[in-house]
Amino acid sequence: MDSIELILASAVRLAIPLAFAALGEWIAERAGTLNISLEGMMLGGAFTAVAGAHMTGSPSAGLAFGVAAGLLVAVVHATFSHRLSVNTYVVGLTLNVLVLGLTSFLIMRTESRQVDKLTIPLLSDIPVVGPALFDQRWPAYLLIGLVPAAFWLVHRSRWGLEARAAGENPGSADVSGIDVNKRRRQALMICGVLAGFGGAYLAVAEVGTFNQNMTAGRGYMVIAAVIFGGWLLRGTLAGVLVFGAADAMRLALPALGYELNPQFLIASPYLLALIAMTFFAKSHRGPAALGQPFVRGIT
Amino acid sequence: MTLTRPPATTPAPAPLVRLRSRLTAPLLYVVSFAVALGLATALVTLAGHSMGDALLALYQGSLEGGASIGQTIDETTPLLIVAIGAIVCARAGIFNIGQEGQLIIGAMAGAAIGLFVPGPGWLVGFLALLGATLAGAVWAGIPAVLHYWRGVDVVISTMLMIFVAMQVVSFAVNRDYLLQETAVKGQILSPQSNLLPEGVRLPRLGEYPDFNLGTGFFIALAITGVVAYLLRYSRWGFRLRMLGMNPVAARRAGVSAAALGGGALLLSGGAAGLAGGVMLTGSVYRIQAGFADNVGWEGLLVALVARNHPLVAIPVALFFGMLRAGGGFLASTGVPRYLVSVVTALLVLAAVFPAAYAELRKRRRPAAVEA
Repeated sequence: MDSIELILASAVRLAIPLAFAALGEWIAERAGTLNISLEGMMLGGAFTAVAGAHMTGSPSAGLAFGVAAGLLVAVVHATFSHRLSVNTYVVGLTLNVLVLGLTSFLIMRTESRQVDKLTIPLLSDIPVVGPALFDQRWPAYLLIGLVPAAFWLVHRSRWGLEARAAGENPGSADVSGIDVNKRRRQALMICGVLAGFGGAYLAVAEVGTFNQNMTAGRGYMVIAAVIFGGWLLRGTLAGVLVFGAADAMRLALPALGYELNPQFLIASPYLLALIAMTFFAKSHRGPAALGQPFVRGIT
Repeated sequence: MTLTRPPATTPAPAPLVRLRSRLTAPLLYVVSFAVALGLATALVTLAGHSMGDALLALYQGSLEGGASIGQTIDETTPLLIVAIGAIVCARAGIFNIGQEGQLIIGAMAGAAIGLFVPGPGWLVGFLALLGATLAGAVWAGIPAVLHYWRGVDVVISTMLMIFVAMQVVSFAVNRDYLLQETAVKGQILSPQSNLLPEGVRLPRLGEYPDFNLGTGFFIALAITGVVAYLLRYSRWGFRLRMLGMNPVAARRAGVSAAALGGGALLLSGGAAGLAGGVMLTGSVYRIQAGFADNVGWEGLLVALVARNHPLVAIPVALFFGMLRAGGGFLASTGVPRYLVSVVTALLVLAAVFPAAYAELRKRRRPAAVEA
């Protein structure tokens, strides 16, 4: 019982930074951008968060720095791919190389205090799920507000309708007066803010320092989670939790005396996403114009 | 009564305007490269180093003396092979971004053949390269099958396959019954394979302190030449380009998207696998989890900067190879070698910007003025 509680708490803890980024990636993909630079946004967020926390002495201020870095990457990506219509994968890949190089180049011995924990009394004593849900760093609880907000934004607001139209059928959206590329740029910037926050959370709330390439493919894992979830919000969050659990098991099982192949656990998110895609592809779950640049006048 | 022609709707542009539009394109390139280099210089200076020293180190590591030039060519070889594969694929309108994974799977297959297949060295070496090519093609074949059978997006699936490939290799080099090195008494086992035997390696021309280069470079050049010729003059190349430019018209003309497009994807995977094989047998000699070292990603960028022209890819790959070779030398000046990644990325953005900007300007101009 004790080990289940431990793994569950660790799974949730590992899934939280992914969840922030996943909200952003979900919004960006619904608007038609398969945002590969997510990895760069998270890594940039993690780096600037620690640097900012080091400079200001406040880890909470570091989170704001992280958001700014994610937004900056998003602005560059959006300008290149949805203003200049450069292939979005080219831009994304290049930005990932750029951020990885930049953060490795500027790396310095910076330390940051971790942000405080917010332990909810009584509830955190509930066996099994208590520590997982009610004993986290305070920014984690922002998810309680952000998840419904993201759902409302995409599925209930006018902006969301227009953004989804931009992702499904940009030609029709354009004819009905929607500025397709503007909606896509805005969605990408929301994604940058959330991914930057996710990276910052990873660095400032969990680890407390910045290591070279500390996101180590988490951005790609989040992309896999959105695909695994069939481009639905609940599926995406379930994907994030499953991948967090796989990561937690990889870390915890050897200590508990179980033998499980670590390479298989690391590869499992990507394999699950591939399998999910194989099933979803025929039912056209994904946004129809995902990854296609929109240029008016060309069909 | 004489009929007069109505005046032309659009007057010819004034000579000055024409001159300006002819000058803008090269000027844009100059400006965007200058901005990229300026940003890099600012970065180096702010970090407390000297850009002059950094440039000198990059030059010494890539061009000064025979050994450096050989190093540059060795770095260029796999980049060029990967890029040629990416170009074939892109011409067919398919975007394979999984070269990093295809490359390392190819290298793993090559290492397995090179280490365990008995026989004369040259034959085993050849088989290793062949096996690397086939393994890369198989790794690209899985997304190809998923795409033409179930309609799975190639970009996403090739990308996901990279991470699976990394773990497959990591699995193999961590198991002593697979590829992990044999134990030597008193040494800790590392997650890497044994060194390939001498005979299996690709021959090198020249000796170490002087100019020397791996013969893999000639393989790369030969492939480039053949692909450039075929794309331009063969029926296959014509159909491939037709498929890429207009899939609907291609289908009407009897081109099978699955056969031709899937074939292009297999070819690009095979090229990436071969690049891994050439790296393995030509200069690295052993496989480990970090073997690919971004060569797959950068090879893809070479293809993009070369705008999918095989012959243009040669100088671009050489330039990227210079940066990679020079990066090893940077550390001696105290500038972290990661500067090379930053410069590479900035140059790629600078290279794609002008064409995109010109395109945007053209779109914004009213159509009548353009005629």
